[in-house]
Amino acid sequence: MRRFTLIAVPYVWLLVLFLVPFIIVFKISLSDTALAIPPYTPTLDFSSGWEGIRNFFAGLDFENFKFLTTDDLYWKAYLSSLQIAAISTVLSLLVGYPIAYGMAQAPDEWRPTLMMLIILPFWTSFLIRVYSWMGILSNEGFLNQFLLWTGIISEPLLILNTNTAVYIGIVYTYLPFMILPIYAALEKLDISLLEAAEDLGCSRLTAFWLITIPLSKQGIIAGCFLVFIPALGEFVIPSLLGGSQTLMIGKVLFEEFFSNRDWPVASAVAVILLLILIIPIVLFQRNEQKQREAEG
Amino acid sequence: MRRFSWFNATSLTIGFLFLYLPMVILIIYSFNESKLVTVWAGFSTKWYGELFQNQAFLDAAWVTVKVAVLSSTIASVLGTMAAYVLVRGGRFRGRTLFSGMIYAPLVMPEVITGLSLLLLFIGIGLDRGVLTIVLAHTTFSMCYVSVVVSSRLVSFDRSLEEAALDLGCSPFEAFRLVTLPIIAPAVISGWLLAFTLSLDDLVIASFTAGPSSTTLPIKIFSAVRLGVSPEINALSTIMISIVTVGVISASLLSKRALVRQKREERAAEQTAD
Repeated sequence: MRRFTLIAVPYVWLLVLFLVPFIIVFKISLSDTALAIPPYTPTLDFSSGWEGIRNFFAGLDFENFKFLTTDDLYWKAYLSSLQIAAISTVLSLLVGYPIAYGMAQAPDEWRPTLMMLIILPFWTSFLIRVYSWMGILSNEGFLNQFLLWTGIISEPLLILNTNTAVYIGIVYTYLPFMILPIYAALEKLDISLLEAAEDLGCSRLTAFWLITIPLSKQGIIAGCFLVFIPALGEFVIPSLLGGSQTLMIGKVLFEEFFSNRDWPVASAVAVILLLILIIPIVLFQRNEQKQREAEG
Repeated sequence: MRRFSWFNATSLTIGFLFLYLPMVILIIYSFNESKLVTVWAGFSTKWYGELFQNQAFLDAAWVTVKVAVLSSTIASVLGTMAAYVLVRGGRFRGRTLFSGMIYAPLVMPEVITGLSLLLLFIGIGLDRGVLTIVLAHTTFSMCYVSVVVSSRLVSFDRSLEEAALDLGCSPFEAFRLVTLPIIAPAVISGWLLAFTLSLDDLVIASFTAGPSSTTLPIKIFSAVRLGVSPEINALSTIMISIVTVGVISASLLSKRALVRQKREERAAEQTAD
């Protein structure tokens, strides 16, 4: 009996507040916009019995999905989200790998402190970390003032409200997710392999390329997915740092819902985003599984 | 043969500068006299004063703390139950769906979670307010709690529980007297994680909050959309300091606990000899 309660309580909670909402989103994505409360038809009408249920299903169609393919805005937003997420992931890897490598090479007694310094930003408000870049990147911001002062540039660079600012924002906020799995992989690396390679005549760079990189592959893959997946649906970063030409699907969905009040289209946008996300999520799960099996 | 080279030192230095400089600049400029956030006009704490005069911010802060405490507490209970079911529950019907529902919210874009919950609340006619934000936050943070707690449950020796059962404990007593003390640190970290996630959340709260229940992130977001503001700098500085003090003291405490545990283990070994 106790076991039943133990299972049932979290189970029912997740069913009602996680699974059912998704079914509702899916259902509304098949409905039509209407000037009513709630602003879509059909609504399920149990009072008229079977007739009502039949009418309900007859009213569902794929109109919204068709609409998404006809309007440029949406598929451009999906493509540009994929592109921004991919570029930011590569940039995070380029910035994160040397840091993770440096941490793994550092003396043992430094490591807990370095680890804490990496995790600390993660506990700080995401919104504040994104916001902190607004003051740095703006036209009369800190970065431009500094560059003008050094004489590297003669006119302020336009960075805020461009895609560049979005890349910086994503790399900055998701960097710990890239560093931690790579560091975990590098820390386990057997140093005698590198010694053997150098004894056999490899240069340090070749040894790094042939041994360190392949052996940290799992960490690199995990880190890339941990950046790519949340970056794809990002809303805060493009809204604060991006400009009017920055198209990201999370922002489109938010605006479709709140500004246009088009719930069926917003739901259809969400369903497609979910379908796009399933591929990287499944690949990520596979990678994790492989890693667990490798560790036995 | 681990060699800490110049290259490593440089990349760590640049890396940490990149991670911390923006926040340091933010903190410095929160003490700026000028309203123009990019021009330094002398030291002043007037923005902190104005912040504490601003009733809307104080109200939002109170709502946020209330939501965070409630949701992280419920999430810790539910998440621990879920972790126990996943790790110790054995087989039952619908187990795959259950573990799927635990892991899915971790990778779900916030816009989708927020949208789907809002549509649910409207569908069942629940008015949006503190309750709906608490329900929403509990749902995603219980999944984080359960991941943290289940990693602890997996690693600890099951024979301890079995010994308690053999010695006549009921399963519930065994949980309360043996399992819970061992997993307690994980439950506490899970609670802290849930608490920060709730404090931090903008997107899901925007969908599920009603007009009378604005949270601090919603307030901050609508203020900074228009540009940088010195009041928000002051507010950010306060939040950053709270987190920094919290994380550093938590890590010092856990370090001390670890040292004590090691010492006790050593003492136990010596008496055993």
